[in-house]
Amino acid sequence: MPYFIIAWPAALAGAAFAWSSNRTRPWLLPAAALGHLLLTVLAALRPGGPEFGGWLALDPLGRVVLLLVSVLFACCAFFAAGYLRFRSDRDNRVFCACLLLFLSMTTLTIWAHHWGLMWVAMEATTLAGAPLVYFNRNSSSLEATWKYLVISSVGIALALLGTFFLAYASVRQGLPTSLLVEDLLANAPLLSRPWLRAAFALLLIGYGTKMGLAPMHTWKPDAYGEAPGLAGALFSGGMTACAFLLILRALRLLKAAGEGAFAGQLLLWLGLFSVAVAAAFVMRQKDIKRMLAYSSVEHMGILALGAGIGGTALLGALLHLVNNGLAKGVLFLSAGNIHRAFGAKTTDRVRGAVRRLPLSGSLFLAGLFAVACTPPFGPFVSLLLILGGIFEEGWHWVGGALLFLLFLVFMGLGRTVLAASQGAAPDGEETAAPAYRDTLLTGAPILVLMGLVLLLGLHIPDFLQVFLSDALQYMEGGR
Amino acid sequence: MTTLLDGVFIALILLNFFILGKASLRGVIRVVCVQGTVLGLLPLLLGPHLDLRLVLVALGTVALKGVILPRMLVRALEELSIRREVEPYISFPASLVLGALGTGFAMFVSYRLPVTPGPGGDLLTSASISTVLTGFLVLTTRRKALTQVLGYLVLENGIFIFGLLLLEPLPFLVEVAVLLDLFVAIFTMGIVIHHINREFSTESTDRLTALKD
Repeated sequence: MPYFIIAWPAALAGAAFAWSSNRTRPWLLPAAALGHLLLTVLAALRPGGPEFGGWLALDPLGRVVLLLVSVLFACCAFFAAGYLRFRSDRDNRVFCACLLLFLSMTTLTIWAHHWGLMWVAMEATTLAGAPLVYFNRNSSSLEATWKYLVISSVGIALALLGTFFLAYASVRQGLPTSLLVEDLLANAPLLSRPWLRAAFALLLIGYGTKMGLAPMHTWKPDAYGEAPGLAGALFSGGMTACAFLLILRALRLLKAAGEGAFAGQLLLWLGLFSVAVAAAFVMRQKDIKRMLAYSSVEHMGILALGAGIGGTALLGALLHLVNNGLAKGVLFLSAGNIHRAFGAKTTDRVRGAVRRLPLSGSLFLAGLFAVACTPPFGPFVSLLLILGGIFEEGWHWVGGALLFLLFLVFMGLGRTVLAASQGAAPDGEETAAPAYRDTLLTGAPILVLMGLVLLLGLHIPDFLQVFLSDALQYMEGGR
Repeated sequence: MTTLLDGVFIALILLNFFILGKASLRGVIRVVCVQGTVLGLLPLLLGPHLDLRLVLVALGTVALKGVILPRMLVRALEELSIRREVEPYISFPASLVLGALGTGFAMFVSYRLPVTPGPGGDLLTSASISTVLTGFLVLTTRRKALTQVLGYLVLENGIFIFGLLLLEPLPFLVEVAVLLDLFVAIFTMGIVIHHINREFSTESTDRLTALKD
């Protein structure tokens, strides 16, 4: 099973590279996505045992992330088919191939159960992502690509050092060295504590960079601001989820070694700091895509916070991971449509989006309320769980600070989004960027994502509840 | 044998200071090339017995870190019509002082982290962490995109030094993957530098400051 699900998008990436027609090539994306989704559902229903000598396995955490990534990619793939039709002037060979490679490598990151392989796969997502940021081929997208590559590569390099430290934690104690997740867990109490702590700190910095936790988040506003909306959706919903998954696996190891309190503290502080940084920068943000990047920094902070507290808050964080991924999909895809229609993405030029683009504009507005954690959307439920967990564990001042910061973010988001969506379109804009209207392909995927976000707010399906409680149990030390 | 190894690690730490103090880009590339070559030879000194695997690792590392990557960088330097100085944001003495502080910090950290007595010992961890910090310093305080690639290389060198402790227990696959990923990363950065040069007809990342909040 894992071989097919990883190889299928990679094979289609090769096909996309060889495909000669610029017009029909984007249809490989939905083909890859549907195959991936089918295999994901099969794998989620019947999780098999480890394969390839234990190097590949789908643990309960991975199952949740895989489902999210697959659904998100499917929506983005159909969107891409519509979007690239508007950009038919531009060669999409590299873009399509890299999107598919990105899916393949994300899937590998999720399945990998060996710290070395996880690292390689994560690095590969960085490299496959770079051409996605550079799609527009102008000076600002080049700058964004450069920062993305340099900052992510340095982060991932530190994660490699962390991986080495992890290996040395068993070498030091004379244990048989293995970077397999399960082997390390089995030996956890015997591992060398100082090396384990240092390893966790480095892994947190490294994968935290990919996740976009402050202060390692600085690539995010640029990359999300300049990349096409659909790349932003995949980064903020998929790649960051994978990075969080790796951090959770590291946390589980530290817990098993009896260092859970140390790891939790680090996550908690980093998380709270991220939310604070996001609040500071979202306040005066005029660029709607950069604003979404700061919103992503905020939600990554909330996830880290929830993981650091543990218990109910961790369950909330897992649900929030899904909610945030889907809601970010809604926001980035609709922001992409707005960008296309107005030829601009700052609030001095984008006004009256709801009137100009009834579907995308309204979905963008609804997505904002979802991502600001208001009822009746999914993120509200998961945030409530996280907050409940925080107060339950007695971290009253953390809960209070978080609520205050969320209020600030809400104000900042609201100001920008309302300015962009309300009112009449500015004069003369009609002629500046004509011809873009919502179409079935660029509208329906967003509608599907929005429907899922709403559904998760009203009722969490039974299978997802099972998946989440399995994942929590796994984090708490079960199998 | 141990004194020889200690000498090599001290030499590696000294090379870090050369990297921080050199003003000419070509000079820095040359020092990084020397550092890469020394790193490549280390597996032969550290291994308990010489076998084919160690020789292959050594050869691959010397070829990549000592020859191919520096060659690529020199070629980029010649193709791009850029000024040949490093152009740091902070003065060279300040870089050196920060480098010294970093080395001190590395020694403190490696004192706290227990290592198995044997080849390398404390100095290996110190050399590794201080090289990582040097790379980080070059990355953050130098202006040009090319020097940022150099900083990344130095940082990777530091990680490689630590990897020597795991040469025996870590499977070959990981070693290969590490080298491969390093190569791909540098290669991609090379392409981006090429585009930067065409787009801005300069290669200073100074020009890459349009995006900010």
